[in-house]
Amino acid sequence: MDGLTATANDSEVPATLPPALLSVEGVTLEYTGASQIVRATQNVSFDVWEADRFVLLGASGCGKSTLLKAVGGFIQPREGRILLDGRPVDGPGPDRVVVFQEFDQLPPWKTVRENVAFPVRVSGRLDRKSAAERADYYLDKVGLSRFADAYPNALSGGMKQRVAIARALAMEPRVLLMDEPFAALDALTRRKMQEELLALWEEVRFTLLFVTHSIEEALVVGNRIALLSPHPGRMRAELNAHEWDLHGGGSAEFQAAANRVHRLLFEDVPPDESNPT
Amino acid sequence: MSETRLLSPAAARPAPPVRPEYERAPEAVAGASIARTIPLPQRLLQQPWLRKGLILVALAVLWEVVARIQGNDLMLPSFGQTIRAFYEDIANGVIPGRAANSIDVLLKGYLSGVVLAFVLTTLAISSRFGRDVLSTLTSMFNPLPPIALLPLGLLWFGLGQGSLIFVLIHSVMWPLALNMYTGFTSVPETLRMTGRNYGLRGLRYVFLILVPAALPSIIAGLKIGWAFAWRTLIAAELVFGTSSGRGGLGWYIFQNRNELYTDRVFAGLITVILLGLIVENVLFRQIEQRTILRWGMTK
Repeated sequence: MDGLTATANDSEVPATLPPALLSVEGVTLEYTGASQIVRATQNVSFDVWEADRFVLLGASGCGKSTLLKAVGGFIQPREGRILLDGRPVDGPGPDRVVVFQEFDQLPPWKTVRENVAFPVRVSGRLDRKSAAERADYYLDKVGLSRFADAYPNALSGGMKQRVAIARALAMEPRVLLMDEPFAALDALTRRKMQEELLALWEEVRFTLLFVTHSIEEALVVGNRIALLSPHPGRMRAELNAHEWDLHGGGSAEFQAAANRVHRLLFEDVPPDESNPT
Repeated sequence: MSETRLLSPAAARPAPPVRPEYERAPEAVAGASIARTIPLPQRLLQQPWLRKGLILVALAVLWEVVARIQGNDLMLPSFGQTIRAFYEDIANGVIPGRAANSIDVLLKGYLSGVVLAFVLTTLAISSRFGRDVLSTLTSMFNPLPPIALLPLGLLWFGLGQGSLIFVLIHSVMWPLALNMYTGFTSVPETLRMTGRNYGLRGLRYVFLILVPAALPSIIAGLKIGWAFAWRTLIAAELVFGTSSGRGGLGWYIFQNRNELYTDRVFAGLITVILLGLIVENVLFRQIEQRTILRWGMTK
């Protein structure tokens, strides 16, 4: 816990930072329900720098997925703005590729290789042949070369998510957006996928915006964590987590950090409810 | 600490005994292989063509038996007689000629209907106004029997293929548009967002994402449309048989019924049935196997 606060202070020391890659500035988001318009987030601001592994963490109802969709361009902010490379985000685009939680994000009518190559080709980045080559390169990175000609329905959930990650990486987006990508996987596969994601980041150094509701996953995957409080989503804290990886999971320091995040997320609960006598 | 106090005394809640741990190597796999071949009769019955063939043979036998018991060729010719008449008219080129006429008109009407249904459905998914247009038109025209429109068709398009194509379009377009629209609306939201994430819009989005994703419904609609088109065509030819100038299968059936060649009437019906079976089991089956079955969208 001491370590975390110390590094948080350290990060505020450099006065001249390079311009942020992605800036979310005072964003208020709303969604229209059956009979009313509900505010999902309120005045949320954060900055993501190149090669960040930025995690949005919060309990359900904190609007973290809605925020990710807004960065993806699927939702227009009610107030505030989202800037990518200084330009406002306008609609979905191939420079912000999303990896969804659901396994049905892969078009079932395309083989694994086509699934990865198709968006590269239709977004006009590469021709058919080079797109297939790039697909093979990234499929090799996620260890799925053997399944390049299989259809998604023949793959397990973890493999489908690997394809989705390979597809996102093959687009070489400015920001990779991940919406609880491992939440629907079993615990063992999830751990392995986290490991692989970190190894890929070590190699490719992409910029990642990652949404999760798991404190452990946030500490392991992220180098910086934004905590959101629910109903509506508001900024609670931004913490550093670059010193944690999967191997430090059991240590006392890691536990202390997790407890601190837990306290920050849940201390808003009124005392008479949190401590019944 | 507070939790332990909440627990009842150990005697009242039996705890499982603590047992020693053990480790051992898995025992050897029994037999040479863990897979076994399926017995031949069972494997044969897994072939759909064989099962369907057996059903057809059973129906033919039933027909033959009923016809023999009934013993009136004018009312119900036997299976053998029908097949003979069928063979004769194929050999002298009557049935192939009539079938070709029918298929020619049918394909023109069917394809135009498919194109129009596609245009209408694309409009329906791209705007709320288009959706209202589709649902209003479909609820108005879908229940209307195509044959009821044939007099109008004859009035507007004359005694040629035009009037037949008009009623065929009407019979194909509405059910197909309805199915297509249902298919488009049931495409998973994640897949839609994925497509838009690729930067696809407009017709490219429809053709590259929505159409393949809705293919199970579209194929079902195409099958229904195909059956409707045949019914409409045969009925139209039966009612206004000579209107197309060159008669089709419906006209063949009508003529032979007038001359009381009941075996030829059945031969004409069999031709329609065979064409239907071929299109269903060869053409549509192939399309399904190469697409939705292979992609795991249907079982």
